[in-house]
Amino acid sequence: MEPLTHVRSTTVVIASSNIDTDQIIPARFLTTTTKEGLGSQLFADWRYLADGSANPDFALNRPEARGAQVLVAGRNFGCGSSREHAPWALLDFGFRAVISTEIADIFRGNSLKNGLLPIVVDDATSAWLLDHPGAQVDIDLGAARLTLPTGASVCFPIETFARHCLLNGIDELGYLRSRLADIERHETTRSAAAT
Amino acid sequence: MRTLFDKVWTAHEVVAETADTPAVLYIDLHLIHEVTSPQAFSVLKALKLPVRRPDRTLATMDHSTPTSTDQVFGGVPIKVDAAARQVRQLEQNAAEFGIELFGMRDARRGIVHVISPELGATQPGMTIVCGDSHTSTHGAFGALAFGIGTTEVGHVFATQALLQRKPKTYAVNVEGRLRPGVSAKDLILAIIGKIGVSGGTGHVLEYRGPAIRGLSMDERMTVCNMSIEAGARAGMIAPDETTFAYLKGRPRAPQGADWDAAVARWRTLVSDPGAVFDASVDLDASLVEPMITYGTNPGMVLPIGASIPAGTGDEVFDKALRYMGFHGGDAMLGKRVDVVFIGSCTNGRLADLKAAAHILRGRKVAAGVRLLIVPGSQEIKREAEAAGYAEIFKAAGADWRESGCSMCLGMNGDTVAAGQYSISTSNRNFEGRQGVGARTLLVSPFTAAASAVAGRITDPREFL
Repeated sequence: MEPLTHVRSTTVVIASSNIDTDQIIPARFLTTTTKEGLGSQLFADWRYLADGSANPDFALNRPEARGAQVLVAGRNFGCGSSREHAPWALLDFGFRAVISTEIADIFRGNSLKNGLLPIVVDDATSAWLLDHPGAQVDIDLGAARLTLPTGASVCFPIETFARHCLLNGIDELGYLRSRLADIERHETTRSAAAT
Repeated sequence: MRTLFDKVWTAHEVVAETADTPAVLYIDLHLIHEVTSPQAFSVLKALKLPVRRPDRTLATMDHSTPTSTDQVFGGVPIKVDAAARQVRQLEQNAAEFGIELFGMRDARRGIVHVISPELGATQPGMTIVCGDSHTSTHGAFGALAFGIGTTEVGHVFATQALLQRKPKTYAVNVEGRLRPGVSAKDLILAIIGKIGVSGGTGHVLEYRGPAIRGLSMDERMTVCNMSIEAGARAGMIAPDETTFAYLKGRPRAPQGADWDAAVARWRTLVSDPGAVFDASVDLDASLVEPMITYGTNPGMVLPIGASIPAGTGDEVFDKALRYMGFHGGDAMLGKRVDVVFIGSCTNGRLADLKAAAHILRGRKVAAGVRLLIVPGSQEIKREAEAAGYAEIFKAAGADWRESGCSMCLGMNGDTVAAGQYSISTSNRNFEGRQGVGARTLLVSPFTAAASAVAGRITDPREFL
């Protein structure tokens, strides 16, 4: 994985709360056996009309969405299914970060493992971002700091080890495999305890 | 004084967490299916790694598989090409990596969260993961069971362990006893209604109290299954005599002297008196009514006799009602029914089919309503046929299928058409979950069967 230190981009706003992974990528697209190409199906049921044409009212179809790498969404983003296709689709579309006041557990973990930053902010910061689509924001992963165009900045919580891996382009599997001797020892001890 | 969760977590901590690194958590059982495994196998192939413990890995196919008998057994090709490719790919991957697979025509196939308990592979005190959020189901046995993404599926393949931060604990205390016609599904919907769809985020729930002790294993699985719908990674119930009676004699359960030793160990898997939880909520089961959802997440739920709250001015709430074609102030009883689905990892077990049969016996599905009944596994299908439920279903005019996830999620050919109302025993009423534009109302098997007969949303107690 490439090291990820900063995201500097305009935002796209989808203000709904409780956006579930079935909206991010509907189940009928999960028959794929690869990670690639899901961006065109991102938010498919909100993004396209019944005839397959782009829904002009949907945020991702507005001209200012082009090139935006930061999605701002309402509370509890990414709830529901564990499908990693959700962060894959967001990344394939071009997003590198999602900002909300609350991000569901499994989606957050899946995002960190793919280089999509799940950023949880306070209500006031979220309200400002929801009210200012297209705002230019700066996300400094090393400092775990989000800076708004107003100059205001807030720190965001991010799991230390995941941040270390993202900043240095380290695959977590490599670390886990470096603990294989511990895993083997655990197996021996536990089978002795007959569990 | 430790909680049940603490005991299971600690026993599986290969390396404890520090400020800088998450814990390395050992995984006893890894369940896989065709939808969330292909990309993980691709990673193994690219790195030239084996599956480290194929003996701790079980594979089945359930999500994208058809449920029509001709496609499963009759030699008719799977209609959805991409689904057929996924099925073939899992067959190839399981063979290449030496993983036991319950394939399309295997008598033991079924929904992953139904067959593992059925085989006795799910046991108290285990850590169990699967690339599926409803892995929380297995917590009904006192296991720590949670859904993971595909990258983590690859981690478990390669190491039999995961990097995890320790979650917080949340006690869900349920007093009293469910009344007739009110089921475990109504209880979990009431719990989600109370704590909200993100109330459990960052926590593992432990369901406790006399109402929980009084539930059968099938009912406990229904409760734990929907823990994720409250935002929790996992839900757990301490094992007891009900658990041991369910597991005894199952093919993968310990046998003979090993069984006695296992039960002795399992009896220690309870939260110690005075153990402290990070959060808690109290409910009285005897006050729970049959529940029904009216919106587009499982927290938008009401007692069936209630009316939809009047407009709150909240845009998201209003959008959900627009999607559903409902209005604030509408009564739920009497609303239109187009499709009724009884099945899924939430309510596709024998107790659920028995409840449906109890209502459907000697009755007919209303004109214009389609009733689809899909057993959670082939074993349950055989049991329901032996018990005479299948005959009752067919006589009522229901469509009785082969096992699978089916209409819970529209990716296997079983879908609800745009605009139709689906009264469903599944777990998610998200927009489009059962098909583009489909409108899902989550209920118990009792309520689903009663509504199928009446042709409108009906309190099942009218039919008991």
